[in-house]
Amino acid sequence: MEDILTYGFMQRALVAGVFISIACAILGVFLVLKRDAMLGHGLSHVTFGGVALGLFLGIKPLLMALVVAVFCSVIIQKLREKAGLYEDTAIGIFSSTGMAIGIILVTLSGKFNVDLFSYLFGNILAIERFEVVIAVFLAVTVIMVISFFYQELLYQTFDAEAARTSGIRIGFLDAVLAVLTSITVVIGMKVVGILLVAALLVIPSAAGLQIAKTFRQAVIISSVVSIGSVIAGLFAAFYWDLPAAGTTVVVAFLVFLAFGTLRILKKRGVLE
Amino acid sequence: MDLAANNEPLVSVKNISFSFGSTKVLEDINLSITQGDFLAVIGPNGSGKSTLVKIILRIYEPGNGSIVLLGEDLKNFEQWDKIGYVPQKATNIDPFFPVSVREVVGMGLLSKKSFPRFLLRRDEKIIDQALEQVDLKDFKSRRIGELSGGQQQRVFIARAIVNQPSLLFLDEPTTGVDAETQERFYSMLGTLNQAHQITIVLITHDLGILNKHVNKIACLNQRLVFHGMHDDFCNSELVQELLRGEHHLVCHRH
Repeated sequence: MEDILTYGFMQRALVAGVFISIACAILGVFLVLKRDAMLGHGLSHVTFGGVALGLFLGIKPLLMALVVAVFCSVIIQKLREKAGLYEDTAIGIFSSTGMAIGIILVTLSGKFNVDLFSYLFGNILAIERFEVVIAVFLAVTVIMVISFFYQELLYQTFDAEAARTSGIRIGFLDAVLAVLTSITVVIGMKVVGILLVAALLVIPSAAGLQIAKTFRQAVIISSVVSIGSVIAGLFAAFYWDLPAAGTTVVVAFLVFLAFGTLRILKKRGVLE
Repeated sequence: MDLAANNEPLVSVKNISFSFGSTKVLEDINLSITQGDFLAVIGPNGSGKSTLVKIILRIYEPGNGSIVLLGEDLKNFEQWDKIGYVPQKATNIDPFFPVSVREVVGMGLLSKKSFPRFLLRRDEKIIDQALEQVDLKDFKSRRIGELSGGQQQRVFIARAIVNQPSLLFLDEPTTGVDAETQERFYSMLGTLNQAHQITIVLITHDLGILNKHVNKIACLNQRLVFHGMHDDFCNSELVQELLRGEHHLVCHRH
């Protein structure tokens, strides 16, 4: 354990990983309960377009991905609200188009290389110092914004109609959630990559929801599962040379499986 | 503003019409609700009962007309803490949603708070009082999905009355609940109306309740077919005609 922490790249990976995983888990609980888990998946595809645009224009891909993802999240939200599109339709349109534009730009720029692969599959061990700073700053921002709107988000997620009659601005909260999701997807991309970032939003939260009795419990358990999975991924990469991203997601899935089994056993009266 | 002292209605609906696309749901509705009323909104399926309440609560935007709620134009209405609402699907919640009874009732307090809307230690006492009123204080820490339909209903009532509102709207709150629980539930509404002076608007298919606690009735069928006192309702041939076949009307007070 001491060995692992003496490496600068491991320290950076752990710090960024822990903060990002908490942001993913907290946000994920709201998305899963709102049946909006596909928003993260869709925005991850949009993020690919942003990364490609960054590579094409020679601008830092992380920053370009952030701008593109936030912009598209707002548009998706507006389309759902104003244009009468079904929620998954708006996501489907943007995710496919984002991916398509990304493929075109990457081909035009001739940069289908290791750089792009690290965004697609994640490479947290190669995270740079400035990326750690940005990731931690954004993760803390996401966590703080959710904390400020926690009660309203909970009410809206549980019963949107009644929340509206309590003077809660549902459309505004949906937009906040969409923007936070886009930010989280972009920073989560460094941990597990574009292809798996949606898993970090969904699986730890789904695991926590298997055994939580209160919303607060769901948030805490999901965060613990998320942090544990990311750390397990880092350890697997360090000691066994396994891919951190893949291991993170598989560990989270195994915890989900365990908690799901626990719930079924409790429901059938096998366990108290 | 003391609306009762000025003899002004709590709710005043004027010339409200509403359509879903090309389907007309409500046409030229005029209605007023005064303090202390226990108003039952009845009518056949698809008659626009829920839509009317949702328009009054600004969930839907009306096509035309105007609404004054607690003395304020609905467009600028801000006094949401004086309104309680139990939606139709309240008893149809996701049974696995991880939220405790305490958390659900606490949601009702948010309308009284400004940003950031945090629940404080003193709010616990208010939540306890609301749960006491519906006889569920001992269930505070339970997950709401673990409660029976009737108990869940009472939790939603507790959430709706936690701010001691002036006006309480309930949209078919007894759907899927057994007769005995319904009876207790309506008695509780009667107490809220009589002892706590809460004006109640109840959308219902259950005409049995009309004889016990309700003092006014609004009967909708796209248009407002009847709006008046309970006794007049029973003598209205138009209403009897409209409801025949769908409901069994019993028009004597117990």
